[in-house]
Amino acid sequence: MVSFFDASLPGTLPVLNRRCVEAGILTALALQCRLNLVSMFDRKHYFYADLPAGYQITQQRCPLAKDGHVEYLAPDEDHRKLVLKRARLTQLQLEQDSGKSLHDVEMSHSLIDLNRAGIGLMEIITEPEFCSAVEAASFVRELQLILQVIGVCDGKMEEGSLRVDASVSVRRPSEPLGIRSEIKNLNSIRHLMRSIEFETLRQISILESGGQVLNETRAYDVETGETVSMRDKERLHDYRFMAEPNLPPLRLYTNDTVPNGVPSDQIINVDELRAMLPELPNAKRERLKKQYGLSVEHSNVFVNEPTLLECFEKIVANQNLQNVKIASNICINEVLAAVNKKNIAFSASNLSAESVGELVELVQDEVISLLTLRKILEVLLQDSSKLPKQVIEERGWHQVSNETALENICCQVIAANPKVVDDYRDGKTKVFNYLIGEVQKKLSGQSNVKAVVRIMKQKLDT
Amino acid sequence: MFAANIKQVAALMQNGQLSAKDLCELCIKRMKRIKELNVFITEMPDLALNSACAADRRIKNGSGDILEGIPIAFKDNFSTAGIRTSCASRMLKGYVPPYNATVVEKLISRGSVLMGKTNMDEFAMGCGSVDGAFGPVRNPWKYRFEATRRDRPGAAQSSPSAARIADRGRQFHSASPSQCLDVEADDSAEWFIAGGSSGGSAVSVASGAVLAALGSDTGGSTRNPASYCGVVGLKPTYGLLSRHGLIPLVNSMDVPGILTRSVDDAVVILNALAGHDPKDSTTVFEPFKPCALPDVASIKGLKIGIPQEYHAPGLSSDMKDSWQHVADIVENAGATVKRVSLPHTALSIVCYHVLCACEVASNMARYDGLEYGHRAKDESSTESLYAASRHEAFNNVVRGRILAGNYFLLKQNYDRYYVQAQRVRRLISQDFWNTFRSGIDILLTPTVLGDAPSYRWFSKADNRTRTQEQDVFTQPANMAGIPAISLPVALSSNGLPLGLQLLGQPFKEQQLLTAAKAIEQLVNFRALDFDKLLYCD
Repeated sequence: MVSFFDASLPGTLPVLNRRCVEAGILTALALQCRLNLVSMFDRKHYFYADLPAGYQITQQRCPLAKDGHVEYLAPDEDHRKLVLKRARLTQLQLEQDSGKSLHDVEMSHSLIDLNRAGIGLMEIITEPEFCSAVEAASFVRELQLILQVIGVCDGKMEEGSLRVDASVSVRRPSEPLGIRSEIKNLNSIRHLMRSIEFETLRQISILESGGQVLNETRAYDVETGETVSMRDKERLHDYRFMAEPNLPPLRLYTNDTVPNGVPSDQIINVDELRAMLPELPNAKRERLKKQYGLSVEHSNVFVNEPTLLECFEKIVANQNLQNVKIASNICINEVLAAVNKKNIAFSASNLSAESVGELVELVQDEVISLLTLRKILEVLLQDSSKLPKQVIEERGWHQVSNETALENICCQVIAANPKVVDDYRDGKTKVFNYLIGEVQKKLSGQSNVKAVVRIMKQKLDT
Repeated sequence: MFAANIKQVAALMQNGQLSAKDLCELCIKRMKRIKELNVFITEMPDLALNSACAADRRIKNGSGDILEGIPIAFKDNFSTAGIRTSCASRMLKGYVPPYNATVVEKLISRGSVLMGKTNMDEFAMGCGSVDGAFGPVRNPWKYRFEATRRDRPGAAQSSPSAARIADRGRQFHSASPSQCLDVEADDSAEWFIAGGSSGGSAVSVASGAVLAALGSDTGGSTRNPASYCGVVGLKPTYGLLSRHGLIPLVNSMDVPGILTRSVDDAVVILNALAGHDPKDSTTVFEPFKPCALPDVASIKGLKIGIPQEYHAPGLSSDMKDSWQHVADIVENAGATVKRVSLPHTALSIVCYHVLCACEVASNMARYDGLEYGHRAKDESSTESLYAASRHEAFNNVVRGRILAGNYFLLKQNYDRYYVQAQRVRRLISQDFWNTFRSGIDILLTPTVLGDAPSYRWFSKADNRTRTQEQDVFTQPANMAGIPAISLPVALSSNGLPLGLQLLGQPFKEQQLLTAAKAIEQLVNFRALDFDKLLYCD
């Protein structure tokens, strides 16, 4: 499954993949970059067994796009709230991927897998903007989301769809940027964060003991959680950049500049691509906040969970809800929490908008308590063919709202816990929740909490 | 038979007067006769006969394609599926490509019969076809074949047999291949070089082994041997023919070159090959309008320029006289002949050396012996494996250009060499655009300095010196990408062919080839009489 060109067979020539170019343009537009309507290709030379041609085709002189920025949410310093941050980008370029080497140290030979060689890559370079590992991770998550939403990449780091190289340096405040080292080929958010954290501490301890940080490439060792120097790539590399003579400059057109006489399959119109862009994540968050009055956190969750958002929006549209907050709380705090616990995606859970909508209705109308809701969800996740009302019927999980019944139970609980009651009457209001909990226990969680609270208070205060 | 052109041969086959099989057998016989000339690296007589028989069946079934059954050859830097493609290098001595170059595919699919892959300078670096791993190509003109030598009175009794000469030529030389000491020591008779780097292709056509051959042209590699061998050598406009499958020397200058015995034949091949190839991003999109030349071509009204800078040092008096003579002829025939200036001509060679070395360093980086090609035994580390493989399998010309190219491409040198050379290249191109814009249609120049040098003389200096000397007139056309054609016009006082060059405007092959045919008809050059040379056939 390796093409002759990717195996560097003599006489083969590069041909640009149109879909890759379009993906690059869509990404550049989504990241607010400035497109170069004419961009060039270059050869970057180095000898390595996984690079069959002895050079990589990339864009060094004049990349596809420059500048740009990404707005993303990251926890503030106290890790309590999410705040909006902005990262500036340097450029976006198209280039070839190399093959993969598998080193067998015991047999002291290497195997080269060329399946990946020559595949189109987009390299996105940021300015040195991130002040912590968690900031960097939040940015990458946002980038993943954007790439998924515009349909150019599934962003799955573990599968190799997205790789991150992190350049890390440290400095004292108000000093210029320190010497950086580059940690290459990080393939998960967790590795990204851990490697940055380790590297930061490593550099600090070097500087504090009077040493100097080396400008070098490093790899992240998953076993030890440390970064290690990649000695054989450390040598000063002169890549002997040269224009790629077999690829003419890449020309992009706008509605105003589309030329005559060029076959339409050779024309890429930036305006047409721009019109194809869907609503981007940050715009979506803002819209959700405005439209539904959601919090930053909730709007962020929905942007990260498109099928759940779809469900939420259906519910809110269908029912004239007085309180959108109940719907979003249930979707996020209950439904999403439940599927996460089971380690499945919401889209894989087969829970319908109808089901979830019914649950929201039942809670809003105080027909069931949250505890009952959770029990119903458990059942629905096993058997999604049923609806909540059905489950309640079958299991007899009606919420007890009968005043008399509730009064009786409250009296029973009060009688059974004299000491607690005394504590309460002495002013220890916190123990009140214990008493409510006891009532819930007796009713297997199926009591109307509001009513119970009211009745219990009444009883205790008399 | 061997004086006929493609159209005539095609007509004979259509009329049933000649079968493709018979023609193929004649060519195979001819190829055997010229073994001493070391023309072919790989011969495929059985395959060729099969193709010829298939062509006969198609002709019987009504195929009127002019190329059915026509014997052709390709220089050994064209990728041929299932057939060894060596570029005359140890590096690819066993390389069998899995695909056909586009130009190969086009000709074969039209019914042409592939007779063999021709000898060349290693990786097309050279202007003599003497620096290949399979030994030098010999010019058939004034060549004293074994058969003739034996029959001559007073011939040395201890002359080695023709077969042994050819075999020795095929040995891999561990010393510098440009010094074929074995051959020189045993060979008492003088022989002349075929020119290069497409020498094998030129000789295959000149000797009648095939009716057309493809070479490549980067600095003159098709036109130079065409001139020395007395055949037509066409360098088309860059971007007109596909380079997919042509193992590159300088990607921004290479074109497939066409070698034939007449301008009409070159047109047949050009028409079959020109046009956009999606596999080659440097081919132009504009649909190609096939060239159609009149039976009697006229040069009347054409404005022909004579560049004064082509009166270069070293230009032989024979060549100068021919140049003048043809200029007079065309003027008498109704063309306007005008003196022009291409002031940056002398810079072309230096510029070429820099750009060529840079591209070579880059293009040769893939030869590491891993996926294909020669792999050394030293596997102590990747680096030593690479170094050993490349050192063992490249000749010193290739290695020299790689080293120079890597030097020029270093970050600190890039601007002074590579970028500066590109700027100079633009100046050279502009000389042509200015001349054409001022009303000149075509330029007339010598192709090379003189007639074919003897091997003895040629091998006294190294590859680099020779290309510097010999490429002066052909090189600028590659810088600018313009089309050019070499036509045999006369014999030198030494009895060897002289070729003149016509340079045309980009994508105006119709105009260029019409002028070429007109001159061809005016000079009426007598092609090599091969039968006379061999005494028998």
